[in-house]
Amino acid sequence: MSFLIDSSIMITSQILFFGFGWLFFMRQLFKDYEVRQYVVQVIFSVTFAFSCTMFELIIFEILGVLNSSSRYFHWKMNLCIILLILVFMVPFYIGYSIVSNIRLLYKQRLLFSCLLWLTFMYFFWKLGDPFPILSPKHGILSIEQLISRVGVIGVTLMALLSGFGAVNCPYTYMSYFLRNVTDTDILALERRLLQTMDMIISKKKRMAIARRTMFQKGEVHNKPLGFWGMIKSVATSAPGSENLTLIQQEVDALEELSRQLFLETADLYATKERIEYSKTFKGKYFNFLGYFFSIYCVWKIFMATINIVFDRVGKTDPVTRGIEITVNYLGIQFDVKFWSQHISFILVGIIIVTSIRGLLITLTKFFYAISSSKSSNVIVLLLAQIMGMYFVSSVLLIRMSMPLEYRTIITEVLGELQFNFYHRWFDVIFLVSALSSILFLYLAHKQAPEKHMTP
Amino acid sequence: MASLDRVKVLVLGDSGVGKSSLVHLLCQNQVLGNPSWTVGCSVDVRVHDYKEGTPEERTYYIELWDVGGSVGSASSVKSTRAVFYNSVNGIILVHDLTNKKSSQNLYRWSLEALNRDLVPTGVLVTNGEYDQEQFADNQIPLLVIGTKLDQIHETKRHEVLTRTAFLAEDFNAEEINLDCTNPRYLAAGSSNAVKISRFFDKVIEKRYFLREGNQIPGFPDRKRFGGGTLKSLHYD
Repeated sequence: MSFLIDSSIMITSQILFFGFGWLFFMRQLFKDYEVRQYVVQVIFSVTFAFSCTMFELIIFEILGVLNSSSRYFHWKMNLCIILLILVFMVPFYIGYSIVSNIRLLYKQRLLFSCLLWLTFMYFFWKLGDPFPILSPKHGILSIEQLISRVGVIGVTLMALLSGFGAVNCPYTYMSYFLRNVTDTDILALERRLLQTMDMIISKKKRMAIARRTMFQKGEVHNKPLGFWGMIKSVATSAPGSENLTLIQQEVDALEELSRQLFLETADLYATKERIEYSKTFKGKYFNFLGYFFSIYCVWKIFMATINIVFDRVGKTDPVTRGIEITVNYLGIQFDVKFWSQHISFILVGIIIVTSIRGLLITLTKFFYAISSSKSSNVIVLLLAQIMGMYFVSSVLLIRMSMPLEYRTIITEVLGELQFNFYHRWFDVIFLVSALSSILFLYLAHKQAPEKHMTP
Repeated sequence: MASLDRVKVLVLGDSGVGKSSLVHLLCQNQVLGNPSWTVGCSVDVRVHDYKEGTPEERTYYIELWDVGGSVGSASSVKSTRAVFYNSVNGIILVHDLTNKKSSQNLYRWSLEALNRDLVPTGVLVTNGEYDQEQFADNQIPLLVIGTKLDQIHETKRHEVLTRTAFLAEDFNAEEINLDCTNPRYLAAGSSNAVKISRFFDKVIEKRYFLREGNQIPGFPDRKRFGGGTLKSLHYD
């Protein structure tokens, strides 16, 4: 009986998550496009719903809500479904969408999408070979095989995003890095931009008049030249068309310049807005946060290096260690069991919420930057795939932040994975990503002021 | 060559609706082979015969300024775009017939371009919402063009065309629906070509022949008279 109640609670929450994913899709991601294929939206919302259910089960584990056996059952079921989605459904549908866009292969699109999916599976399987992620007692077709590979991809993604985020966050928050931009700088650039546009226009006017005279004299070629046409034009080249190609080359160079100037001007406007923002209350608050985060970032890089160099994996989670410190060194006595449960709930809850929110914001930014009306479906599906893998690996890594008694369920459900490997891999990729972000931001920052110092 | 007079026409619309293809078709009578992202603004020039076939025929340059981007861009990009909206004589609004959002965004596009000149006078600063009065007062000729007509299935055509007719009515503008990859839609003598020619003629008229020698376009006049009193010169 309690199993039925538990299941109905789970299903209700899953429907809620599904609705939230649906709304997010419509309001945020696709707000400038028209949704033509609802399947895409459904797939995205379903992936989101099942990923969030996993986090929900962790919270339930800590709080002790629901029956333990029904929790275990739902864990297993949820895991199977999510793996099914991530390994079978979404990649197949991505292949199908890509193939449908190509007109040549439209007739046999099912066949080609199956082929694409098989290629994906091959590489996915091969991914597991160089990593020591499995103990030899697992069979070929087990959940552990799939989870381990999904985990590798997801952990790599998490570490890359973490590393970049840890460095970028203080860089954007702190006003120390803001370049000084005045109104005269902006006006000067705008003037250059308009001058370039005027030059382009005058050249295009010459070309238009030249084309018109050629057309009136019956010399112009309106269709693209065939093979014989090209041979003929070598022998009898009209002087008008030669001039045109020369001017066209000049125009191309000027257009490239105008694009550069446009981007630089937009950059200057953005910096000016940030300078104004940093003078407000909110801006000052974020500036202060930026200093705090930069210290945090340096500490994290330091810890990652220590972990790798000394081959150390943390055995205790931060909650228990914090409680130990307070009890042993500060002499404050309190009910360990009670407090460890609540504190780990809050800590894990914060980690979950910030990682979901951070991922959704990053996905939205990515989507706006690279999508167009043609490719929006494929990109959303790719984002759903990334999101699913990200959340699965978060579950893997979050295990380290929980006290021992709550870790067992994750260990049981996910099987005998080499969890230490994943933490080591996370540290390595995090270090690489953070250091290369520092290098990249340094180069970008260095190069920018010189660009608009030239009069 | 450079002695011909010029008018400036903006081509506005969402990303990917086909503005670059349209401009290429209008100026070079050829289909654009490899459309790519427009960063910033790309300009092309069309040589137009004003009042063709009559004794008053004169040739003008029509500069078509194809401004790239989306209505939801960051405000820094919008401020940069605003530099292209100076002294505009006509606006072509382009939307994609297969994408309803692009048609709805046309209201915001037109407000962005028109507000650029309204704000300095202190007249009617809106929050981006559509306001019929502003369009009634507008002096700049508008033209609405719907693209990708070939991708609309026969059965849906009537519904789509009714919707776009309402849209054009809201803007008090003519409308054309075509496919930018097929030059026959703008073939000489077709009704579309006539509409475009009439639109350009109207732009040239408003720029050069309604000021009686005063070469400054309409907005400084509005500044002097405090808005709205130029309705007597409003022809349609």
